[in-house]
Amino acid sequence: MFDFLEGYDLWAAFWTTVKLTALSAVGSLIWGTLLAGMRVSPVPLMRGFGTAYVNVVRNIPLTVIIVFTSLGLFQTLNINMGADDFTTINFRLAVFGLTAYTAAFVCEALRSGINTVPVGQAEAARAIGLSFTQVLTLVILPQAFRSVVGPLANVLIALTKNTTVAAAIGVTEAALLMREMIENEAQLILIGAVFAFGYICLTLPTGLILGWVSKKVAVKR
Amino acid sequence: MKVRKVTAAASVLLALSLTATACGGDDKDDKGSGGGKKITIGIKFDQPGLGQKTPDGKYEGFDVDVATYVAKELGYKEGDIEWKEAKSADRETMLQRGDVDFIAATYSITPEREEKVDFAGPYLLAHQDILVRADDKSIKSPKDLNNKKLCSVAGSTSAQNVKKKLAPKADLQTYGGYSECLTGLQNKVIDALTTDDSILAGYAAQKEFEGKFKLAGFKMTNENYGIGVKKGSDLKKKINDALTKMVKDKAWDETVKKHFGPANYKNEPAPQIGDIVK
Repeated sequence: MFDFLEGYDLWAAFWTTVKLTALSAVGSLIWGTLLAGMRVSPVPLMRGFGTAYVNVVRNIPLTVIIVFTSLGLFQTLNINMGADDFTTINFRLAVFGLTAYTAAFVCEALRSGINTVPVGQAEAARAIGLSFTQVLTLVILPQAFRSVVGPLANVLIALTKNTTVAAAIGVTEAALLMREMIENEAQLILIGAVFAFGYICLTLPTGLILGWVSKKVAVKR
Repeated sequence: MKVRKVTAAASVLLALSLTATACGGDDKDDKGSGGGKKITIGIKFDQPGLGQKTPDGKYEGFDVDVATYVAKELGYKEGDIEWKEAKSADRETMLQRGDVDFIAATYSITPEREEKVDFAGPYLLAHQDILVRADDKSIKSPKDLNNKKLCSVAGSTSAQNVKKKLAPKADLQTYGGYSECLTGLQNKVIDALTTDDSILAGYAAQKEFEGKFKLAGFKMTNENYGIGVKKGSDLKKKINDALTKMVKDKAWDETVKKHFGPANYKNEPAPQIGDIVK
């Protein structure tokens, strides 16, 4: 029944998916945290930039962003991400696009976490003479992160599935292999089910583990 | 935990089957061979020169003309034809479930597909070829492709052929559609676009690209385009008769010239019914 799987490297395809997810997750966590910092900062210009970025980027379809990285950044502006073969260029462009997109969601999740920290703590920290950066990094963010592990897990699961869009610019991840197999094998439903199962294998443990972590680290108030 | 996993898997399967049903449509009535008034035909909607839906809602292309001719021979007027989009991945399912009576949509006859559906024809012998900029003289044989930048559609047979057989060392870019490749070809980021010559000819013959691109004329593979019908359908013989007649009264030559002519495309003579070139 599953003999159509022969001759295809499913592991390599899903490994690319995992790499895409992991790199974009790290990238968007860093960029998203910076954005969240901007959105709560006392400098109006930074606040304005943070707000504009989040509202623009999260309202553009991901497909448009990913295709733009290839057609706009690479083909038209010749930004090749420091590589010269399509495989590497496309992979890096996809990570760039996914990071830029997911960061907007990380930022908003984190900002809601910042709002859970009682305002008195920030005031107290200011009162003992800490600067804005110190208040944010020493007092607010550590507590904010602990309260948004659950929402961030949601973002990570969405990111895992969003990597399928990278197939649009030819990154050889799982969704692209699925297209190849459907083209060759004429087994639409079975192949679809196999790949759906593959993604569940990736995302279900993510949800369970991070759900457990979320309970462990939550700040009891 | 175990129960949860099973539930999740089951709901995914359910969702999959629901979406598959959703794209079917619900016009099951008044069709069927002969008795009803309408005939439903699957074609491509986005392939210039083969099957394309124009902005004013008409359909044109080589596949459309062939399908119209066949439908006429089967006893349907042009107004009785209902066109349906048959995307590559959906074709077998659409035939098996009876959503369409037959499909003429750049449908290459392959052994894997013949297990699922029956094919009438072939009605066109296409070859994988490349499209290059009109002023590019550096590609003279398929071997020259190995250090070039190629483009094709993600997951397509043509893209897989390049990687596995034709030019394994070529740098291959794949996109969701051929239009993106054409942008790259114009910008000189990409050296050649590869797929079936009939499809390439259709793109190169478009008004905005006229004179900019040319076909190289490499016959790298053989693609036998057939008309797909439901397994065991009695339509197969009738369609074969219609195709034979179409070739005999020159309508076939005319429509080939009309749709592929402007791009310097040299077509193969009309294939014999049942004669599949490997």
